[in-house]
Amino acid sequence: MDAVPGAKLVWQEATVARIVEETPAVKSFFLKVPEWRGFMAGQHVDVRLSAPDGYQAQRSYSIGSAPESDEVELVIEKLDDGEVSPFFHDVVQAGDAIEMRGPIGGHFTWGKRDNGPLLLVGGGSGVVPMMSILRHRMNVAPEVPAVLVYSVRHYADIIFREELFARAEKDPNFHLVLTVTRDPPADARVRSGRIDASLITDVLGYFGGAKPAHTYVCGANAFVDVASRLLLDIGVPFPTIKTERYGGDPARDAAAPVPGA
Amino acid sequence: MLTTRGFFGRRPSPDEAVRLPPGQYKENGFPVLSAGPTPKIDTKDWKFTLKVGPRPVKSWTWEAFNALPQTKMHRDIHCVTKWSKFDTNWAGVTIEAILADAGLGAPTGYTLAHSFDGYTTNVPFKDLTGEQGMVATSYEGQPIAPDHGGPARLFVPHLYFWKSAKWVNALQFTERDEAGFWELRGYHIYGDPWKEQRFTGD
Repeated sequence: MDAVPGAKLVWQEATVARIVEETPAVKSFFLKVPEWRGFMAGQHVDVRLSAPDGYQAQRSYSIGSAPESDEVELVIEKLDDGEVSPFFHDVVQAGDAIEMRGPIGGHFTWGKRDNGPLLLVGGGSGVVPMMSILRHRMNVAPEVPAVLVYSVRHYADIIFREELFARAEKDPNFHLVLTVTRDPPADARVRSGRIDASLITDVLGYFGGAKPAHTYVCGANAFVDVASRLLLDIGVPFPTIKTERYGGDPARDAAAPVPGA
Repeated sequence: MLTTRGFFGRRPSPDEAVRLPPGQYKENGFPVLSAGPTPKIDTKDWKFTLKVGPRPVKSWTWEAFNALPQTKMHRDIHCVTKWSKFDTNWAGVTIEAILADAGLGAPTGYTLAHSFDGYTTNVPFKDLTGEQGMVATSYEGQPIAPDHGGPARLFVPHLYFWKSAKWVNALQFTERDEAGFWELRGYHIYGDPWKEQRFTGD
């Protein structure tokens, strides 16, 4: 596993093994990485694209796969005005080589020794690092109680929908609270409306009166602000909340998180 | 370098290109990134402390701090997440002014900035001098918004912006260059955008 300070992150050529359409705007790119030294669930990578004249563009993308997987799954939302995400969606094919380096980010991570209970709160493509954490938890510590709160605009925007429903059905220690903000409810398993105090109160009910040991919140800045404020107001301790804010003008590609600004 | 099949990209204008460090793109908004929730800090409760090692040397209330000589800086800023923002305007108090008010010379060559939320980041003292750095209390003529680090943040724009610690509440002089929060989590100890020092070993 990584996050080892001191080891240089080297650019390497990954090969796109396959591409899966998750939603109309989101695709998963499964990469084979020759010298991958593993990662912690929740981390991301940098990709670098190079034009024939030497011009380069770099972006960060979250990893959706579990560390146990032999492919690295990058989940990329197409932002029509972006420079990099439309290239991934419209040009990249299986067999292409893409430069990448990572893993990056030693804070928004979860591993078995962190234990639980876990509360994961994702907005839109902010669910991607949550998926890595959930899949990893299923592989290494399925007894750890976990709740995923996931807010999307439209039912059709739900990334990993069938997998999430299947996990919620099979796994007694996992609860899914899915809410759609702009469609009328069409599925009994889905709530309707934005995340608010009553939803958060219901969610904490799954922990039987205890507070989650670790809370992860990821999404656009406004989403993260609202969700983390609701959590603080209901008494979830400040130091137990980790956030990742998808930075950047949404019209650009800023797809993943980090320190900063 | 691998040429990426089918990628041509967008070019910044020549004027913009010379102001963009390697791997950066120009951003017109002001993205917010941070490791945790935004703390609520009332200026009534705000305090800034200067420390030498473990020893607090002097503290300022919000009023006392704002009575120190003010400096303005007009700079481009560069976030390690790849965006750069041009022509930002900040005002605040230089580290020289803080030291002068405390009656101190620079006690060591290194500093560690501390924040209300427990965040830390290390900056060599020389990088805070000569109008390269300050404790900023205003952005574009207004108080700094809480999600951008208000009431006060460190401002060291020639380094990647994670060095410009939000919600700063102390500056500690240290004997050695002590890694801060992100520096302990894989990010570069110094963080020069023009040398693209994003991660450890870059």
